[in-house]
Amino acid sequence: MSGELLVDGVSVNDETTSELSRKVGYVFQNPENQLFALTVEKDVAFGPENLGLTRQEIRDRVDWAMEAAGTVALKDLAPYELSGGQQQRVALAGVLAMKPSVIVLDEPTSFLDPRTAEEVMGAVDNLRRENGITVIVVEHRLDLVGRFAERIVVMDHGRIVADGRVEDVLDAEFDRLSGLGIGLPKVSLLWSMLRRDGLVSERLPTHVESAVKMLSERLRN
Amino acid sequence: MGENGAGKTTLAKQLNGLLRPSLGKVTVDGDDTTKKSVAQLSRKVGIVFQNPDHLLFSETVREEVGFALKNFGFEPGVVVKQVERTLEALDLAHYAETSPFLLSGGERKRVALAAVLAWEPDYLILDEPTIGQDYQQKERLRNFILQLNSQGKAVVMVTHDVEFVAECNPKVVLMSKGRIVAQGQADEILSDDGLIEKASLVKPQMAKLFSQLGEFGFPRDVVDVHRAKMLLEQKLSEAKVSVAQSS
Repeated sequence: MSGELLVDGVSVNDETTSELSRKVGYVFQNPENQLFALTVEKDVAFGPENLGLTRQEIRDRVDWAMEAAGTVALKDLAPYELSGGQQQRVALAGVLAMKPSVIVLDEPTSFLDPRTAEEVMGAVDNLRRENGITVIVVEHRLDLVGRFAERIVVMDHGRIVADGRVEDVLDAEFDRLSGLGIGLPKVSLLWSMLRRDGLVSERLPTHVESAVKMLSERLRN
Repeated sequence: MGENGAGKTTLAKQLNGLLRPSLGKVTVDGDDTTKKSVAQLSRKVGIVFQNPDHLLFSETVREEVGFALKNFGFEPGVVVKQVERTLEALDLAHYAETSPFLLSGGERKRVALAAVLAWEPDYLILDEPTIGQDYQQKERLRNFILQLNSQGKAVVMVTHDVEFVAECNPKVVLMSKGRIVAQGQADEILSDDGLIEKASLVKPQMAKLFSQLGEFGFPRDVVDVHRAKMLLEQKLSEAKVSVAQSS
């Protein structure tokens, strides 16, 4: 491949995968691919056990990660017995226990019911804010992750085609994004349809609350 | 629809005899599932699992899609034709000679769907078919389901994808903790706060929007964008006219 990819200013070509894995935690799309231990707790402990930490530090990290990902109640169960959604959370806990500075989540909530998906995204967002972890989420569903994201990078056929704040990209590139198969917030879609017909003129709302506000103002006058 | 662990997949697997009822009775076209083999039931009821990797094993996509047809004893000529048709319909023709395991998660899901659709079962059970599918593929899936419907086939879908359901507006059966807790048209169910809460779902965005626009005389059971647009279009142009008159 051509070009260069830097993590914390260091080219990925100059570091081994094991060095990079301490900085960057990766949660795969299919959680089954990264769970293998006989219990959830052992699975979560696997990463820190291989970092040469003290027993106490391993214990602390495992407890913290299981708490943060909401998997404490599952700790003695076997990963293969869990539902897809539960496996997804266990995989996240395993990565958190490594205390990486960057987490990459590949469609992290695809198997979760919508309520749990919002909870998990909220928990990840808290981790980001409280621990300064950089979170990179790979998603089609902008409607789900849009409100947590500071920046969106849109890719098409291996290239970056848009990059910026969610509300800016959404407003400027709406038709293009929908052509790329991205799941756009339905309120934005509704607004773009009304705007095309000249019934509204404002920028596209990215979530329901702002659409309620804009429509209420308009309908009251 | 229903929360993780509600029993949706367990119910789905009852429909072709993979699981049999420990209590009660499941019938397919009047036949008790405890009296038929999975092979007999599968001819009528095709199930596409949530995780495509539980179904895929062949070396090429073409072989995968033809496997069940051969197993059911179709003539070689029919097998070839059916495979071509199905690959075409699901936009997989260019992957015919590729190993399913080299494809992306979303593509593998389409191969799994093709492998079942190929034998044209009367009942199609789709367990979370929209996971990993981008919006255009979902649109294609939606059209596909409508087409199957118009051919008189029944499609049962297990899903959490409230927006997808809102756009199809099918009959919804809501499950929680192993029981059916409600059933009705999607717009009714998905705009009902109590039911949504019970089944750990979230309302579609349009239902959230319209539940907060009640003071302007809008109905609350709006779940899809097109109905929303029609209603707003009317109100907004009325508002425009009255502004023009008063000025």
